[in-house]
Amino acid sequence: MKLTLLMYLIPSLIMFGCGIYGFLTRKNMIAMLISLELMLNAVDINFALFNRFLYSGNHEGMLFSLFAIAIAAAETAVAIAIIINVYRIAKNVDINQINKLKF
Amino acid sequence: MYVIIALSIVIFSIMAVTTKKILRAATYLLFALLATAGVYFQMDYQFLGATQIAVYAGGVVVLFVFAILLTHKPGKDAEALTSHKKVQGVLAAVACVALCGFALLSFGRFCLKTLEGGADVPMDTIGTTLLSTGSDGYLLPFEALSVLLLACIIAGVVIARRR
Repeated sequence: MKLTLLMYLIPSLIMFGCGIYGFLTRKNMIAMLISLELMLNAVDINFALFNRFLYSGNHEGMLFSLFAIAIAAAETAVAIAIIINVYRIAKNVDINQINKLKF
Repeated sequence: MYVIIALSIVIFSIMAVTTKKILRAATYLLFALLATAGVYFQMDYQFLGATQIAVYAGGVVVLFVFAILLTHKPGKDAEALTSHKKVQGVLAAVACVALCGFALLSFGRFCLKTLEGGADVPMDTIGTTLLSTGSDGYLLPFEALSVLLLACIIAGVVIARRR
């Protein structure tokens, strides 16, 4: 079976759609962060895919996904620190109940 | 192999956003990320796949599990994860997928390209590219990323510190 670019783009597109759905419907902050990771990951896949299929000789896309992975990890660490701090103050992580900017 | 990877990406992504228990959502996220690493290995990007496993599957998911265990009481009376705005969420997701699919179908003649062999990126190429200052070098982003990671460590400590 010949593997074409489209056959990899469709799973990544579905992954991105799942991320959007989860980000809009979840009301728990950690679950929203999980959906965000799904979206970031779908974008990373696309960078590597376009690099590999269309410009096989270069590797800019691969390096871009490498940097994106590192930045996503940093972002997750800070977000989780914020969530834990919010939980310590407000005793839950439900976005419908956290409606004050200052405690 | 392709079928396994594609199916596991689709199924585990959907389950990660529809499951009712948050620890299970983190576990499904782990499997989706591992399937992504499988895609990278199929593309002959061994270093990228290894980074994906080490950083995402090894670091981020463990961080998620710690955060979940710190902020939730597991059990039957756990709070529901999903709000009542399911219809809007489905509509937005379907609209986005339809838009991207339309763009792919109308402009995507390149989509039918097949995978050619021999694109293996050796380790020393990655290393010299990351650390060279020439026109194809990535030293500045690399340094910026190092500073970002340091700032992120300090920020994590400062934010989560007990006052």
